[in-house]
Amino acid sequence: MKYYDKLIFELSKEGRQGFSLPENTWTQSLDALPDSLKRGQRAALPEVSELDVVRHYTNLSNMNFGVDTGFYPLGSCTMKYNPKINDEIAAMAGFQGIHPLQPVETVQGVLQIYDELDRALSAITGMAKFTLNPFAGAHGELTGLMIMRQYHLQRGDTKRTKVIVPDSAHGTNPASAAVCGLQVVEVKSTPQGTIDVEDLRPLLDDSIAGIMMTNPNTLGLFETEILQIAELVHGCGGLLYYDGANMNPLVGVARPEDMGFDILHLNLHKTFSTPHGGGGPGAGPVGVAAHLIEYLPNPKVVRQEDGRYTIEGNDTAAGRISGFMGNFGVLMRAYAYILRLGRQHVKMVGPLATLNANYIKEELKDCFKLPIDACCKHEFVFDGLKDQSTGITTLDVAKRLLDYGFHAPTIYFPLLFHQAIMIEPTETESKETLDGFIAVMRRIAQEALENPQELRTAPHHTPVRRLDETTAAKQPVLTFADLTVS
Amino acid sequence: MKTVEGLYYSESHEWVKVDGEVAIIGITDFAQKAMGDIVYVDMPEVDDEVTAEEEFGAVESVKAASDLISPVSGTVTEINEALEDESGLLNQDPYENWIIKVQMSDPGEVDRLMNAEAYAAFCAQQ
Repeated sequence: MKYYDKLIFELSKEGRQGFSLPENTWTQSLDALPDSLKRGQRAALPEVSELDVVRHYTNLSNMNFGVDTGFYPLGSCTMKYNPKINDEIAAMAGFQGIHPLQPVETVQGVLQIYDELDRALSAITGMAKFTLNPFAGAHGELTGLMIMRQYHLQRGDTKRTKVIVPDSAHGTNPASAAVCGLQVVEVKSTPQGTIDVEDLRPLLDDSIAGIMMTNPNTLGLFETEILQIAELVHGCGGLLYYDGANMNPLVGVARPEDMGFDILHLNLHKTFSTPHGGGGPGAGPVGVAAHLIEYLPNPKVVRQEDGRYTIEGNDTAAGRISGFMGNFGVLMRAYAYILRLGRQHVKMVGPLATLNANYIKEELKDCFKLPIDACCKHEFVFDGLKDQSTGITTLDVAKRLLDYGFHAPTIYFPLLFHQAIMIEPTETESKETLDGFIAVMRRIAQEALENPQELRTAPHHTPVRRLDETTAAKQPVLTFADLTVS
Repeated sequence: MKTVEGLYYSESHEWVKVDGEVAIIGITDFAQKAMGDIVYVDMPEVDDEVTAEEEFGAVESVKAASDLISPVSGTVTEINEALEDESGLLNQDPYENWIIKVQMSDPGEVDRLMNAEAYAAFCAQQ
């Protein structure tokens, strides 16, 4: 890989340009503008030719690693392949050129798609209705908790200020609860890795707004006591929130609503193959059971009896969480993904994701420490190397993987283990790819015994070597201006 | 893993040194090793109230952020300001570099904590 780390500003040459604008026929003098609207100095824009721009971004993109370049087994993130047909369809002029303030009769087609995606997600999860407006997973969590709070407030039940979160939860769960003004109470896991029902029981009283759960949880284990947990939480008047981060293995197999969940969010960029955060905007639709529909945030798309669509709002809604109807381009991609698979093939997503994860786990568990030896769902967690006598850490293993052309898995999460390596292959990888990854992981385990120094100093073949993360965290260089100063 | 005789230890890996009615609180060697390079320490302010078994701050490393759980209740009398610029002191010597000092409202609370021997045994099971 050719190393390239230029900023486009560094390529700038005064007077160089790659465009020509039509003659300015604006007759009014700029002097007519009030001073408050005028720039004090020229904008600091790079001056570059078209070829400079093309080479710059092509070289930068070659430095990138994504699902399109290699295997990306990032646990809890479901880095599945994003089919190109999603992008083709979202880029169609009729979808791309719309404006959120267009008269509603001129956007009937996109409102129909909004409604149909709501129905498809409802069918897959069992929920009664969705809002597609939230812009990301964590935004969906906040929306879901606002719905939970609104449900209690509308009933005059104002004492419910606490939300229960398992110790294995994603960090966003307690963060979203705090943003929503709720106090977080932690429930412990059993040695088998699932929620400890006996630890949960004494926490339940009339101060509990609800519980946030990920099922399967962050260890990739299905919460087998979920029906009892639902009964207990509902029994104290609380609601069950489902964090959809790990929905992938359940698609087409099991529905959160059937387990007793009242509210859930989905990460379309995980389960429904839209690009991830850094690669574009996200989407975190929130679905609710029938008794919570009225609390879904405004605006809402409503299908009238004559088949027309309208945009409406209601007073009991949990406010408004986005300007308009979410990131429509992302919704479009998820819609295309679901239609492309169809009812028949959607059912294969979960089982194949589960099969792939178990295959890797079984092939590697003699080299890596498997703290909970059970059938996992779409992901699983190793607690470092099986033989840790040489002091080789999970960080060293992850860095060494980069030398072999794989993206590193999620490491040091969940916090239940000290050397966690969390692997999620997804259903979109072939057996050959999985076998390649397994062979490399076994080789690294061997290297740890025979040549540990090679691992401690890894990576060796990447554009940059091991970075000084401590200094990066303490003295971050975040902008071009910071860089030129230092 | 290093422990120091005469200190009290919590299950969440804080240590307490009792000096009359003042508790000097820090994190253990086990904690700093598990965290890795510590890059930031979030501390309360002087005169803040802290409550036993509740969060009083956080430590962040390149791996994770962990809450600091107060082993005792009382009022913060001093914070270790050196940690604001040099959080790595907690890695260098976690027992020498304390985090806060607390005027205890109930000095008897330390009796619920472990001694060095019990804490070493506790860590061995982790």
